[in-house]
Amino acid sequence: MAAPRTLATTALRAGLLLALAACDGPQSALAPAGDGARELAGLWWVMAAGALVIFLFVLGCALYATRVAPRAHPDFAGTWFIVGGGVALPVVVLSALLTYSFVLGRDLSATLGPEALRIEVVGNQWWWEVRYLRPDRSEPVVSANELRLPVGEPVELLLSATDVIHSFWLPSIAGKRDMIPGQVNHLVLEVAEPGVYRGQCAEYCGGPHALMAFYAIAEPANDFTAWLEREAAPAAAPEDPFLEEGRDLFHSSGCGVCHAIRGTPADGQLGPDLTHVGGRMSIAAGILPNNVGTIAGWIADAQHLKPANKMPSFNVFSGQELRALAAYLASLE
Amino acid sequence: MAGAAARSSRARATEAAAEAVRAPSLATLLLAPAVLAACEREEAGAQYRVFGGNPEFGRALIADYGCTACHAIPGLGTFAGSVGPALDGFGARAYIAGRLPNRPTMLTAWLLDPPAIDPETAMPALGLTEAEARDIAAYLYTLR
Repeated sequence: MAAPRTLATTALRAGLLLALAACDGPQSALAPAGDGARELAGLWWVMAAGALVIFLFVLGCALYATRVAPRAHPDFAGTWFIVGGGVALPVVVLSALLTYSFVLGRDLSATLGPEALRIEVVGNQWWWEVRYLRPDRSEPVVSANELRLPVGEPVELLLSATDVIHSFWLPSIAGKRDMIPGQVNHLVLEVAEPGVYRGQCAEYCGGPHALMAFYAIAEPANDFTAWLEREAAPAAAPEDPFLEEGRDLFHSSGCGVCHAIRGTPADGQLGPDLTHVGGRMSIAAGILPNNVGTIAGWIADAQHLKPANKMPSFNVFSGQELRALAAYLASLE
Repeated sequence: MAGAAARSSRARATEAAAEAVRAPSLATLLLAPAVLAACEREEAGAQYRVFGGNPEFGRALIADYGCTACHAIPGLGTFAGSVGPALDGFGARAYIAGRLPNRPTMLTAWLLDPPAIDPETAMPALGLTEAEARDIAAYLYTLR
């Protein structure tokens, strides 16, 4: 007797923990930190509450019919019940919810003028290209796998994809929006509180889809502007001989065929732009913290860490060369 | 929070192991040679105590630094890197990186600056502080 009860208690605890696990953290639709997410969380609570009321009502009816009055009821009661509860009620409730969600969806996909900050996010297997379009219409600032956002300012995201359908999902800030090749979808978001939030590709896009994530860093508008200025600058040339060795290895090993480092001959477009890779929070699309060690590990064995991703494992360098290459990339802040 | 629960139960296990590392009983100390002679490896010997190292912090630091990008480390689940050696049973290993006798002072020195000890190593210096290196060493010695 004791064992099943313990088991049941454990199951219940586990269930509760799982249920609560979704309530906070950097990637939760139930911990909104932006306007869009707040409205979506509101919609979710309305729907959940409505579903609960209807569920309890149906359960009450079932109990009434089986326990309280388990007998045949007059025909007119049955007819009223089916027409009222089976047709009229769902039509009214579902129409209201549909209208509510349509209006909300329209607001979220509104477009802002060119004077607003607009950011192109392009889904690739299995990383994100991020291009900041500046209001002065100068060259976009290209980055990858991380989204910087000013707090308290509406930002328009222009979402697309190069290969297959991906889906942009930053649960704490905004809703989910598909990224479709050959089409641009719009998503307006506004972050209310500074912080680090996590997003993820929400549409299965093949192979290591589960390892296609990103961090969004929301900071005060002044800090954001200063960051964008730095991000727009080309990479600084290394001065330390060890870093110079790393830079030379980068170019002589052909890394620049796929990766760009602005200010150097490397101008590849197949993989993430690495001009300021050392300044990002994570590498390999949100899956590893960013430091000289994880960069070295990624270069040496990218295929083991993120199987089938498009970067081969380069275990061709000596230990010292690998450290130099990783140190050079980590220095690109 | 489920994760947190799993973490705390793992942390308890780690803590218990750390307790064994930190406070060997008098009997253990007296019997250590005999125990070692019998190849008994249930309890870590005094030589594995890392002064000031907290294995629980060490485990968190290993996750923060992403050591698993290169090493498979028991108790850290996200990745099991195969660039460097797997670290299961590290507390019972004789040598560090095939270079240094496996002792706490050697291990912290290695963690702080691997290339200073082996210029050919692929493992970079991660800029750990001395305290961080001790915590990580303390965790690695719980792996037996």
